[in-house]
Amino acid sequence: MGIEGIGARVARKEDKRFITGKGRYVDDMVVPGMKFAAFVRSPHAHAKINGIDTSAAEGMPGVIGILNGKQISEDGIGDLICGWMIHSKDGSPMNMGRWRPLAEDRVRYVGDAVAVVVADSKARARDAADAVVVDYEELPAVTGAVDALKDGAPQIHPEAENNLIFDWELGNGEETDEALKNAAHITEMKIVNNRLIPNAMETRAALGVYNAAEDHYTCWTTSQNPHVARLVMSAFYNVAPENKLRIIAPDVGGGFGSKIYIYPEEIVCLWASKRTGVPVKWVADRTEAFLADAHGRDHVTTVKLATDADHKVTGLKVDTVANLGAYMSLFSSATPTYLYASLLSGQYAFPAVHANVRTAYTNTAPVDAYRGAGRPEATYVVERIMETAARELGLSPAEFRRKNFVREFPHQTPVIMNYDTGDFDASLDAALKEADYEGFPARKAEAEKRGMKRGIGMSCYIEACGIAPSKAVGSLGAGVGLWESAEVRVNAVGTIEVLTGSHSHGQGHETTFAQLVSGRIGVPIDSISIVHGDTDKVQMGMGTYGSRSGAVGMSAIAKALDKVEAKAKKIAAHQLEADENDIVIEDGTLKVAGTDRSLAWNEVTLAAYTGHNLPDGMEPGLKEGAFYDPQNFTFPAGCYICEVEVDPETGRTEIIQFVAADDFGTIINPTIVEGQVHGGIAQGIGQAMLEGCLYDAESGQLVTASYQDYCMPRADDLPSFKVSTTETPCTSNPLGIKGCGEAGAIGSPPAFMNALTDAVGHNDLTMPATPQSVWAAINGTTPDAFA
Amino acid sequence: MYSTTYHRVSSVDEAVKLLGDCDEAALLSGGQTLLPTMKARLAAPSDLIDLGRIDALKGISVDGRSVKIGAGTTHAEIHASKEIAAVCPGLHEMTGVLGDPAVRHMGTLGGSLANNDPAADYPAAILALDATIHTSKREIEAGQFLVGLFETALEDDEIITAVSFEAPERSGYEKFRNPASRYAMCGVFVAKSAETVRVGVTGAGGDGAFRWEAAEEALAQRFEASALEGLSLDPSEMLGDLHGSPEYRANLVRVMAKRALAKA
Repeated sequence: MGIEGIGARVARKEDKRFITGKGRYVDDMVVPGMKFAAFVRSPHAHAKINGIDTSAAEGMPGVIGILNGKQISEDGIGDLICGWMIHSKDGSPMNMGRWRPLAEDRVRYVGDAVAVVVADSKARARDAADAVVVDYEELPAVTGAVDALKDGAPQIHPEAENNLIFDWELGNGEETDEALKNAAHITEMKIVNNRLIPNAMETRAALGVYNAAEDHYTCWTTSQNPHVARLVMSAFYNVAPENKLRIIAPDVGGGFGSKIYIYPEEIVCLWASKRTGVPVKWVADRTEAFLADAHGRDHVTTVKLATDADHKVTGLKVDTVANLGAYMSLFSSATPTYLYASLLSGQYAFPAVHANVRTAYTNTAPVDAYRGAGRPEATYVVERIMETAARELGLSPAEFRRKNFVREFPHQTPVIMNYDTGDFDASLDAALKEADYEGFPARKAEAEKRGMKRGIGMSCYIEACGIAPSKAVGSLGAGVGLWESAEVRVNAVGTIEVLTGSHSHGQGHETTFAQLVSGRIGVPIDSISIVHGDTDKVQMGMGTYGSRSGAVGMSAIAKALDKVEAKAKKIAAHQLEADENDIVIEDGTLKVAGTDRSLAWNEVTLAAYTGHNLPDGMEPGLKEGAFYDPQNFTFPAGCYICEVEVDPETGRTEIIQFVAADDFGTIINPTIVEGQVHGGIAQGIGQAMLEGCLYDAESGQLVTASYQDYCMPRADDLPSFKVSTTETPCTSNPLGIKGCGEAGAIGSPPAFMNALTDAVGHNDLTMPATPQSVWAAINGTTPDAFA
Repeated sequence: MYSTTYHRVSSVDEAVKLLGDCDEAALLSGGQTLLPTMKARLAAPSDLIDLGRIDALKGISVDGRSVKIGAGTTHAEIHASKEIAAVCPGLHEMTGVLGDPAVRHMGTLGGSLANNDPAADYPAAILALDATIHTSKREIEAGQFLVGLFETALEDDEIITAVSFEAPERSGYEKFRNPASRYAMCGVFVAKSAETVRVGVTGAGGDGAFRWEAAEEALAQRFEASALEGLSLDPSEMLGDLHGSPEYRANLVRVMAKRALAKA
């Protein structure tokens, strides 16, 4: 493996440029003649557009062009698409309304783009955009999904009667109903999964450059999957055919899912560049990010859990209404369906599970996958009701879970997933020990003496990563395959470039991917470069989301390395006059096993390129590519325990300790994994305690449109996390990797809320549990603004 | 940000003259509120008059228990003053928890008072300390200076130059932060002099900072937390927003007053 191979705590190669401010982001890109775009956005949640008057704006200094929805239609630019077809339970396809890059006749949420101004400075573009007069005829708006589905609600798209997009189900309904009928005990809850705004550190941005001489487009954009962006922009939006469209996603400052999707702004920048004849750059300001990035979560669920007299769960029935916002974003339909309901069996051998999911259009920003994407929502449902059921039954929450754990693998759940491996007792035991669960009553008693309320809660999560076998997702409605590609280019001097379809926007791929290669070949990671994020450099790839880059992206690299190694061994065997099966690669050397005969790695690579002495018929060069299609999802799992102390006088909650025991399978770099877990837990605690996205129900205005009101987690809101891992390697990929990017955000909200409700003494609390709402829950007085 | 014309002045008189000459000028001190507001295009002053280089506005003098602080003194400078810490621990405490480090090192006493944000910390302090606001024209008592939300008694061509007060025997400050903005959702400054107790409250009042007179009377009888038991505030006079309803804020005032008292 070597000191920089798999498992080594290597410092991140990319951090020098990030920490010293030398990263190169879209906003750092400058091309000759570049101009700036500012969007005219709807101030109304729902309105007809009766006209757009640009006369005042056109004469303003520096204005080059003002473009609107009518023109983008004239030029044949297509509707934005949703790339995953869901059929309702009656067999009908989802009711998808049209989404134009610039709204032509109607706006459907505050922030909907109506027109774009291109000017010679950002400020002048903004000034002119403010001077564009749009004649709006206001219409009634609806912001909540439950309200949107009611009779008489404002109608948002003609294609979706009563705003219903689909009414979908998964699981064994009859068995679940039977289980509820015969249950010894039924636990029932209403659960709200609060809406979130992603808030990546770098806001979205695009620089569109049309080269008329070559009829070629280049777009620098903040994308987690530049090839998917090119595919969609070519195949559906008619921006340009793929060979005439280059997408570059350079350093990107965080995505969390929100940069998977292809938004109107990058399409408009490319199109506007051709229309105006100048390169067009747009960088979202923070307010635009709040208004027009795809939001996350926003589920309202009722759930029933049936248990028998032996405290075995016999059935779980879930009914969910999910808010998809004003338009269907790229993967919005998959998130509350196959990425959600398929995880409702949790770590448990539930014999029957049934989920019904209805999705609704509302006059709010589009909602799509956000760190965890459906699995946090599922885990929140399962782990809140497991804890609540244990309390109702007077059982230890740990032992009630243990009683229902899956222990035989592979395990087929009633909701599609087939768990390949896991050891849920191991992570539960590790977390209980680390948290000193046994000692909690004494700590609670001590806190009571100080007038404080202490609580402890846990969450035993399982999630699905490494999305996913292409054939399987195709059968479920995905419009794409979810394989990954890699190319390993070995240079004559033995240094290596790895081209990958994965995209790093904070994950540390430049380090971890190099560690894989270093471990295999034995060359230092400094000799290995990871190339990604440019459709002109890298072959087709599917990008980074769903914690898939390790399990899928690195598996593709491993497969390409197999081919490189096989060829290198052939060359070495030829030159050493040995059998290629006797050649081993160790520490940068190709050796004949059991002898002292060897060639250095760079001697073999040089030989590959000189071609002076290769086996008969062998092509010169050393470069191999591979496409890897996963065999199954991977199933990271773990146990989180949270302990809180509440000040009953103010409702302030302090997290006393947070323990995470995760099973991610094989770990490439423990430091990076810990960083992912820390960040994920911070995000999950943000959701549970701090972050609430609120639209005014009447006006549809986004009330939490800045950091004055939208509360992001800060370091002093969080304790020092105690994280550890147990390891049962994944059996469905060559590296044994499960993925770690989302677990923290998936497992932590229920652990926190279980702890908080334990402290408060009742279940009547919703996320975000702000001081005000906790105080109200204790005193039974004020209604909570976020509830 | 809209374009503006920047002026650097070296005296208060020069600043006052420019204020009269310019169309819609704004005074710039630490810029911790004004500049973000301008960047968000919510303010568009024609001219910015930078008071940051006027030496006469800076500095702290403590003479016995008489304290005078120049309006251009930063929160961090006040917090770092050993003399302030000795004679008025409440102000020392308050300037250590005001805003964040950037705000404390750039923002100034005068800038904060002139803005009179209902969630700022100083209004509670000047009420409790019975402070005098010195301006380019006159002296104004704290109670008269604070008029309402973001409103002060300052005239258009008037500039705060200093704040003075007699240090109380005991003082303490405690606040509860808005979780998102970290401004005071309720801040209570308690100050006890030989004869009187004054309790200044910020962040909670519907009309801005106020003195909690019922608490002052009770504490004048008995300067301990138990004197506040049974007292309550009328929620209809409190601010209410997303993060704190009037009822919640009324509760916080009592709790923060008890905790400020414990520090005094």
